Amino acid sequence: MAAMLQSLGAASASVVSSDHSIKLPPAFSLPVVRSEARSISGPINATRKTGKLITKAVAAKAENPASAASKPGHELLLFEALREGLEEEMGRDPRVCVFGEDVGHYGGSYKVTKDLAKKYGDLRVLDTPIAENSFTGMAVGAAMTGLRPVVEGMNMGFLLLAFNQISDNCGMLHYTSGGQFTIPTVIRGPGGVGRQLGAEHSQRLESYFQSIPGIQLVACSTPYNAKGLMKAAIRSENPVVLFEHVLLYNLKERIPDEEYVLSLEEAEMVRPGEHVTILTYSRMRYHVMQAAKTLVNKGYDPEVIDIRSLKPFDLYTIGNSVKKTHRVLIVEECMRTGGIGASLTAAINENFHDYLDAPIVCLSSQDVPTPYAGTLEEWTVVQPPQIVAAVEKLCQ
Amino acid sequence: MAQLTHRTPAVLKPISASFAATRHLTTASTTPITVETSLPFTGHNIDPPSRSVETSPQELLKFFRDMALMRRMEIAADSLYKAKLIRGFCHLYDGQEAVSIGMEAAITKKDCIITAYRDHCLFLGRGGTLLETFAELMGRKDGCSKGKGGSMHFYKKEGGFYGGHGIVGAQIPLGCGLAFAQKYSKDENVTFAMYGDGAANQGQLFEALNMAALWDLPAIFVCENNHYGMGTAEWRAAKSPAYYKRGDYAPGLKVDGMDALAVKQACKFAKEHALKNGPIILEMDTYRYHGHSMSDPGSTYRTRDEISGVRQERDPIERIRKLVLSHDLATEKELKDTEKEVRKEVDDAIAKAKESPHPDPSDLFTNVYVKGMGVESFGADRKELRAVLP
Repeated sequence: MAAMLQSLGAASASVVSSDHSIKLPPAFSLPVVRSEARSISGPINATRKTGKLITKAVAAKAENPASAASKPGHELLLFEALREGLEEEMGRDPRVCVFGEDVGHYGGSYKVTKDLAKKYGDLRVLDTPIAENSFTGMAVGAAMTGLRPVVEGMNMGFLLLAFNQISDNCGMLHYTSGGQFTIPTVIRGPGGVGRQLGAEHSQRLESYFQSIPGIQLVACSTPYNAKGLMKAAIRSENPVVLFEHVLLYNLKERIPDEEYVLSLEEAEMVRPGEHVTILTYSRMRYHVMQAAKTLVNKGYDPEVIDIRSLKPFDLYTIGNSVKKTHRVLIVEECMRTGGIGASLTAAINENFHDYLDAPIVCLSSQDVPTPYAGTLEEWTVVQPPQIVAAVEKLCQ
Repeated sequence: MAQLTHRTPAVLKPISASFAATRHLTTASTTPITVETSLPFTGHNIDPPSRSVETSPQELLKFFRDMALMRRMEIAADSLYKAKLIRGFCHLYDGQEAVSIGMEAAITKKDCIITAYRDHCLFLGRGGTLLETFAELMGRKDGCSKGKGGSMHFYKKEGGFYGGHGIVGAQIPLGCGLAFAQKYSKDENVTFAMYGDGAANQGQLFEALNMAALWDLPAIFVCENNHYGMGTAEWRAAKSPAYYKRGDYAPGLKVDGMDALAVKQACKFAKEHALKNGPIILEMDTYRYHGHSMSDPGSTYRTRDEISGVRQERDPIERIRKLVLSHDLATEKELKDTEKEVRKEVDDAIAKAKESPHPDPSDLFTNVYVKGMGVESFGADRKELRAVLP
């Protein structure tokens, strides 16, 4: 069931500089978590290691303290999970470094890199000046020689300044150099609508980046998948943009003690069901789950899938779900125009049209700059009552 | 081949004379000759290096041959473009060859060079072959980027050549990143991040300079000032056209970019400086004979007299030719034969490149992603692995 990493061997061949003192990680196998019922016959060299398999790809629900002591794993907050993933990868591979504003001495504006500079030094956890365009470019240049930088945008919206570097250099250099250079960068940061942060600090960049060829986009939503996706993104030879959400950093969850890496192209089945497929990602997952409680009380059985992989879409999981329920509702935080939901609607219509009993409904944020006023901001984003109403209408 | 130790008499047939010219290159002595650069260096916050450059007959003959090769290659590319075999954008480097040649003479292949779109000759200097160049320009499989990059995307990983970039100024932070990686691995090499006088007004340059100076990165910022940013003269685009001074806290050096020996001296000096003290700016005062690209005639914003004036007085190949003749290292005829030989080499490469096949349609999808921790593309029903995006 589990597939192994085959890129470790390839990774060691891509470092150009000679005479350097960096020791590369040993090419040991690590289980990559995939959901059950997946048989992949492909060129992946699978070496099975059944001892440390983590089979659940679903986030565990929060538990009360009384039973916590007896359960396996450890509890932590999402930003700590990200930090754990990052720290483990930095310890494993000396080529992993972090660039960002206030990531070093300050410990990161959301504490994702707290104490990492003390442990790994100023050069590996680099405090950059406020120059997104050039430090993202710098990360790409460093990646061309074999380093594996993790670029933190203090807020995803700031990375618009680095759009040229992300689109042209990150995304295209592997192609335009005929495969000579790989760009194993990870670009991550918090985005999404927060609590009255204002229009410029509440942007959803996934829609802007989705057409860029050559990059992968993933969005994390729980501590479990945050750590797994962070590790996967760092190990990937492709440039990966990891979208986190400002409001999810303090989510608490119990995650396994063992090391695990999630697949970057897989969606997560949050709640299996029969009546309708609800596709969502990032913060909207929680709005959907809240709506699901109401829906269950009303007698509906929604299937909730957290798509996680925004580029490429996991059409396998999604397709199987559509074939089962025949109704799709997409709930996203992107803008209505040109958002992830728009592309997903097109992709499902193209591939699974025959299985649909009703047109796909897509609930997205309004096409407005996010207002400061709390009530208005609430109305910009999709709320649980709207999701409930949409499901009821869809299932008529 | 029989060893000739004396100059061949003019009565011999041209083919043997060309052998003699090649032989002359390899058997030329390496005894040092000291030459004065044509102009002194001007420094900003730094003591400029001396004007006396050490070179050797072998080096001077190699300079001549390599620059003649580059010049011929660019002119051939001009004809190929007009014959519609090269399409899109084609930015030619003729006139600026001395910068590439002088730089190569001062550094090793472990040092990195990154530049913008005027990259054909720099690619050649870094170890690229003529076949790879012409095939890439014509969009064929044997090109250095397999035909998928084009004129503005030449790369040579083994030669330390990082391209080849189309967006003006975007390569400068990348150069900063290369220098960062060199500092990270502690491998005593430097990066030359090249840009033009037009790009010198990009904010990215100043951001990169700040970071390089902050962290003492071994980065050398080379401004190839050919005085025109496409059609805009430097005085119309920059308040301060003294590009070597614009680094402010980073020292700078102004170099006569048409003098290969001056360039060599400056690059050697810059490398030593960068390894000890961090970034330095080199402004190469150079000139391009062609327009900005093949779609620009090059004469609407400057006079033909100016172009021919520079060609007569400052041409880099002529300078080396005069040096070679005055130091009696080769005869006029031998140099002409070298040029003929070079011309033949270029023509042969073009013929071979024309035979190279166009890329397969399946190559459209190769190298978008890297194989590995994988991006797999299944069919919609996920029954079988349709393609592993390689």
